[in-house]
Amino acid sequence: MIKTEVLVIGAGPAGLLAAASAAQAGAQVLLVERSERLGGQLIKQTHKFFGSRDEYAGERGIDIAARLIRENEQFTTITTWKNSTVAGIYPDGVVAISRNGSFYTVQPQKIIVATGASEKTMLFPNNDLPGIYGAGALQTLMNVYGVMPGRRILMVGAGNIGVIVAYQLLQAGVEVAGVVEAASQIGGYAVHAAKLARYGVPIYTSHTIKAAHGTECLEGVTIAKLDERWQPIAGADQYIAVDGLCLAVGLTPLTELCWQAGCEMRFVAELGGYVPLRNSSMKTSQPDLFLAGDVAGVEEASAAMVEGKIAGLSVVADLGYTGVERELEQAKKQLAALRAGPAGAKIRAGLSQIVIEEAG
Amino acid sequence: MRIVNHPILDFPQQEMIQFTYNGKPVQGIAGESIAAALHAAGIKTLRHSSRQHRPRGLFCAIGNCSSCLMTVDGVPNVRVCVEPLRAGMVVEVQQGKGTIV
Amino acid sequence: MQTFPSQERLQKGPIAICECLQSIPCNPCADACPRKAITVKEINDCPVIAQDNCNGCGACMMHCPGLAIFVVDYTYSQEQVLLKIPYEFFPLPQVSASVNALNRKGECVGMAQVIRVQKSSNKTNVLWLAVPQELAMEVRAIRLQKEQ
Repeated sequence: MIKTEVLVIGAGPAGLLAAASAAQAGAQVLLVERSERLGGQLIKQTHKFFGSRDEYAGERGIDIAARLIRENEQFTTITTWKNSTVAGIYPDGVVAISRNGSFYTVQPQKIIVATGASEKTMLFPNNDLPGIYGAGALQTLMNVYGVMPGRRILMVGAGNIGVIVAYQLLQAGVEVAGVVEAASQIGGYAVHAAKLARYGVPIYTSHTIKAAHGTECLEGVTIAKLDERWQPIAGADQYIAVDGLCLAVGLTPLTELCWQAGCEMRFVAELGGYVPLRNSSMKTSQPDLFLAGDVAGVEEASAAMVEGKIAGLSVVADLGYTGVERELEQAKKQLAALRAGPAGAKIRAGLSQIVIEEAG
Repeated sequence: MRIVNHPILDFPQQEMIQFTYNGKPVQGIAGESIAAALHAAGIKTLRHSSRQHRPRGLFCAIGNCSSCLMTVDGVPNVRVCVEPLRAGMVVEVQQGKGTIV
Repeated sequence: MQTFPSQERLQKGPIAICECLQSIPCNPCADACPRKAITVKEINDCPVIAQDNCNGCGACMMHCPGLAIFVVDYTYSQEQVLLKIPYEFFPLPQVSASVNALNRKGECVGMAQVIRVQKSSNKTNVLWLAVPQELAMEVRAIRLQKEQ
């Protein structure tokens, strides 16, 4: 049985910041990552990030990942396990980890779950054909492995992920047949849409995928135009020949461990699905279990980093380490500022349904 | 097909190793995911579904969705999107749930 | 409040044109400016360029994550404006090549000549383009001509 003060599950931006913040205060940390690489989704992000200098704005995601990993390496109290999957959190507080073909049991005093989120899919005929990918999959192929994902790809979803990945496809030398968005307006930042429009990528708002076509692999899709009531308009279908279709239609928090640990959960559409209830210090209804990043609600990398800091500082405060209150308050203010503008409206609406106010 | 000249990333040329896909020789880079190696070689069909034998390929490419399960070195249900490629691996299109016993 | 440089200012020399018009949390342009000529007061504010302070150096353009900033120099010549655009694609055009000049909708509105290809360590390269004056506020992208 391995004992540790803080167990951080997931080494994406949220987990890396959580581990660093806890270690900086002096805590002993075990950081567990199922993949062979640290950095989570950051390692695929070739674009420059938004936000402020505190969130490394202007730096590319890949460089932010490298920076966060380097910063973590300086802490001797962080033990990092890669290729290690947390298999369960048991009622007695013991955590089981699968690593190198063996099971390890860990008894942490505090747990921070930073497991991120997974791709949603869409329902339409032949949605299971090879050649249909989640946005992250295309990024993994192009930006992690340097593999061309296809010759001509249609993007579905004009949220930030859709418009960012469409641009990354152009950079990889892939022809982007267009971006399809069911709503009448694009949800992503206007500057991302502008980058696509100026390179001739058509954006089809009020359109959706009607069906995919192909025998062994994808050969084309039919898109349908929608009216104001989201109903397909008869006779307005279009066939687009593509060998790849990218579904950037949202993410769902990966909360299995939270369910197992007995956290109180609620379905919140604005946050991507079921999420644990938690307070502004990222503590769930289980007093020793905290959250950070997309698992707490699908948002942005910048928010994930600040939430990681908040969770890391909150757990060490709980453990009795002093001197972190000022930094913790500052981090909470930083997060609120990021969410204050119109771009944060959806998140604020989602959070209002699940943030437990502190008692007393 | 592999990306050679990327405006942001560097993909230096690497030594290729051999493995097989349904008995056919294929080349890939040691350590990359089996799925990436197959994709680079133009192979997108990874398995066939249990009842209707529909072709399946990658969806999430990160180990969450179960779309990419193949039989590798005789072991079924391997998530090839997260399994690192090694020289001499025998990779086969899995039919349905694969044979466990 | 977004303002456009005056005719008078345009005739004085290079200046940055910021086409970021939506309230999003972002301010690296302000941090990048060596003269504090571009300001983002609250993080969700749109950037404002002080036209008399900005000298068109292009630092903001290279750091903008949205690639939404351009530089124009109306003093380049009588008929042409020197337009600088951020460019993150390969292959880069050759100097003195003639390229298709695209507007914000990706439509080809004329030709541009590549005056200089400025490579940047942060990978946001800058293309210096000579474009006909009447197209200076239209052209925002290029397409390399196909090899003959």
